[in-house]
Formats: sequence, structure tokens, C-alpha cells
Amino acid sequence: MAIKRTDGRSLTELRPMIAKVGVIPNADGSAIFSFGDTVAIAAVYGPKQLHPQHMQDPATGILRCTYDLLSFSVHDRKKPGPSRRSQEISKVTEWALSPALDLQGFPNQVVDVQIYVIQADAGTRTAGINAASMALAHAGLPMKDLICSVACGKLDKDIVVDLNKDEEDFKDGEGATDFPLAKFATSDEFTLMQLDGKIQPERVKEVIEAATEACKEIYEVQKKALKEVVKH
Amino acid sequence: MAMKSTNLTINTLKRMFKEGKRFDDRKLDEYRKIEVSYDVSNKAEGSARVKIGKTEVIVGIKLAPGTPYPDSLDKGNLMVSGDLLPLASPRFESGPPGFAAIELPRLIDRAIRESHIIELDKLVIKEGEKVWTVFIDIYPLNDDGNLIDAACIGATAALKKAKIPELNENGTADYEKKAKKELPISEGIEPLSISFFKLGDSIIMDPTREEEEACEARITFGLSKWKKQYMINSCQKSKEATFSSAEIEKMMEMLPKKFDHLNEKLKKFF
Repeated sequence: MAIKRTDGRSLTELRPMIAKVGVIPNADGSAIFSFGDTVAIAAVYGPKQLHPQHMQDPATGILRCTYDLLSFSVHDRKKPGPSRRSQEISKVTEWALSPALDLQGFPNQVVDVQIYVIQADAGTRTAGINAASMALAHAGLPMKDLICSVACGKLDKDIVVDLNKDEEDFKDGEGATDFPLAKFATSDEFTLMQLDGKIQPERVKEVIEAATEACKEIYEVQKKALKEVVKH
Repeated sequence: MAMKSTNLTINTLKRMFKEGKRFDDRKLDEYRKIEVSYDVSNKAEGSARVKIGKTEVIVGIKLAPGTPYPDSLDKGNLMVSGDLLPLASPRFESGPPGFAAIELPRLIDRAIRESHIIELDKLVIKEGEKVWTVFIDIYPLNDDGNLIDAACIGATAALKKAKIPELNENGTADYEKKAKKELPISEGIEPLSISFFKLGDSIIMDPTREEEEACEARITFGLSKWKKQYMINSCQKSKEATFSSAEIEKMMEMLPKKFDHLNEKLKKFF
């Protein structure tokens, strides 16, 4: 028998999503994205001259991402400033987004993406990637595709989509596996894969399929938000 | 600090991998010779040295009494750290840790922790107050690629030989007395890290430094056995290139075979 989710969702059901583009007037592109109680905001600045100079690449512009939790986004106040966790997530976020960007027209320059989590209820990196992908598109940068991201997982033996915090802490049977993924919206290329927990190699295929379906829904939400900003 | 490969190196390797060739004649998924030895430091509660080809890593285990984390009062603590010392490569620089130095211990932490090889619930000294903290510290001595896989073999090996120190009456550890009690380890789990590297459309394993630097993506899996099933405990994709679902499926088929193959090679050391 399939597991009952605490918030009554079906196994493949995402939390309600809210997406809005153009939320930070100073930025070249910006967006906010939420999965239920997880809210992430992203701003894009650039392309601009990259300093320090030794990091410049004459062949292409580069992408630089910063991800962090705001101090009050979690139960126990997070000490402000980067942690090893946030540095790791910043880097994997950069790797998740950069395949979709083409910055060859901006040699020696940088595109800075700032992602902050305002309210955390699991899936913060994936919400951040969704927001950042929209913000990059909003900034009008040359992109091959949007990036859609979702944390799938396994609760005991069931593959589920978009884990919330309670589910992340699930302990029965085979426990909880957290499996954040990101992919190109319209093709089968995965740009982020991380995992924590316990999953049989032969079951990864089901996770990939579930993530692919979920990303279709996320893509629609992202597109709708981007179109709204053009209308006004 | 990673150095950038030249276009010549990248294009040559891309062409060779496509033809299934490598400079050292190995197959694309073939590991170099692996050697494990123990007792790197007699001050550590357990230690191991791993060589994969010219890559060499030492791992030491220290145990110290500490306070449990509020969310796991009935369990010992695990802390994995390490550093890419400039001793091991001209590419490593002193100063604040770069990304590779942050990522390495975090990946080993997840592979070891999620495999549950250490029976942390047996490391309680006084429930809610005092538990053993297991420190796993990783130091490469010579970097010639595939450090993460090497470090994980080292961590597993060192844990298997680790001992728990005696306690003084005042509750501190007595490191002078010879420790006899073995660290509680679940047998048969054997957590290993198995990494795949991608260049062009080719996927290779156990790269040398030159190959690793030319590759456009890496994906590392922490694999173990749990109730006789193969379990992926951790995974991380790094660098810019992407993996298609067909490539992921192919790696999933290879994982259990590679895991058995590596464990077979390591059996005589463990």
C-alpha cells in the first residue's frame, strides 16, 4: 500500500506553486518562486565586467551563483553568512543553470545570480533554481532553454515528488531519500543530481520519470509568469 | 585550484575516449591498481592509506567524548573533514578552502553516514549527555585524479580497524592506554564511492589528473549494501555538462557490477 502523505497530496503531486517575475526593480532580472511553504527569491545582475581580473575568461562570460538561507527562514535562526552547505549549493546551482546559458557573446564578463530563501520547508535549492532560471530569462540573456528543478524522493518504498520538511525527516522502513534534480525544460538533459538517503539503482529510472513529469508542470508555471511581465 | 586543460589535450582525449582508448591502455571503465595499508599513525584510533595508481590518500579516525546533537540525543556524532594540502599537488594552494576542499569531505560524509556502516546508537556514553564523536579526517598525499573514490575506500578501511579508547574516571578519553574495544561497524555494508566522468559523449572511470581536468562533468555515487540490496546513499553531479536519462540508466546498470568488482579487489585488504 502506498504511503499517505502528511499534507494529503498524491505521490506525484507538487505543492502549490507561485511564480512572479520582476520583483526587484534594481536587478537586470528577478523572480520569486515557491513550492508550498518554501519561498526563494532571485536577482540577476550583469553581464558586467568581472573582477578580480584573473578570473576573466576571454572565450566566454561566466555565471556566478550565490545561494543562502536568510537567518529567519528556518526554525533555529541561521547564523548569517556563508556556510559550507550554502557554498556547496551555490556551486551546484551554478552547474545546474550554466548549461542553459550562452555567454560567449560576453567575453571577460560575469553574470551574477543571487538566490535567497525567505522561508524554508525543504526543496530550497530547487525553488531557488526555478526562480533563478526565470530571473535569467527576465534579464534577457541568451538561453537555450529554461531550467526546471524539483526534489523527488523515496519514502520507505514509494517514489514521491516535491518532499516537504516532515517528509524529509521520515524515518520508517527504508527511510527518506532526498533526490533533487534539475533539467532542461524541453529536453532530456539533467543538469543537477544530488542525493541523500537510500535508493536501489534500478529504481532511479522511476525517479527520473517522476521528475520529468513534474518539471513539465513547473515549466508551465514559469512560462506563465514570464509572459505576464511582458504584457504589462 | 584546478588548472584549465588545453584545447589540444581536450580534443585528443575526446577522440581517444571515442575509440575506447586511454594513454595508459586501460579500458574506459577500468580502475588502476588499488592498494590499501593500515596504521599510518599510531596516535589515531584507526587509519589507512589508499593508493589508486599514483593517487594516494591517508585517512585517520579520532574518537573523542562530546555532547550529542539535540536532534539525536541517543546517537554518537560523525564529523568528516579534510584538506587538500599543498603537499599533495602543485594545484593545491594554502589559505581558505576552495570548493574542491569543501566538497570532498561533504561527499564522504554523506556516503558513510547514509550507509549506516557506523552503528552510532552504540556510541552513547551517557544518554542525552555524553556520546562519542567519530572524526574522519582525509588528507591526499599525492593527487593523480579520482580523489573522492580513493578517500571513500580509505574512510571505510580505517573505520573497520578503528578502536574506542578507554575512558578516564573524569570522563575524558585515556589515549595512553591501548584501546581494545572495536568501533561498532555493521558488517557487509562496505560503502564505496563510484564516480563517472564525462567528456564529449564518452563516460570514463578512475581518471588520472590530466583526464579528470579535461572532463566536462563528474557524477559521484556513494553505494553500499543494505539488507543484501545495493543502495545508492549519495550522489552529486558536478561541472557544467549534462547527463541524459539514457546515460543515467546506463550508469545505474554499471553501479552494482562496479561495486562488486571493487569490493572483490578490496577483500584482501578489508
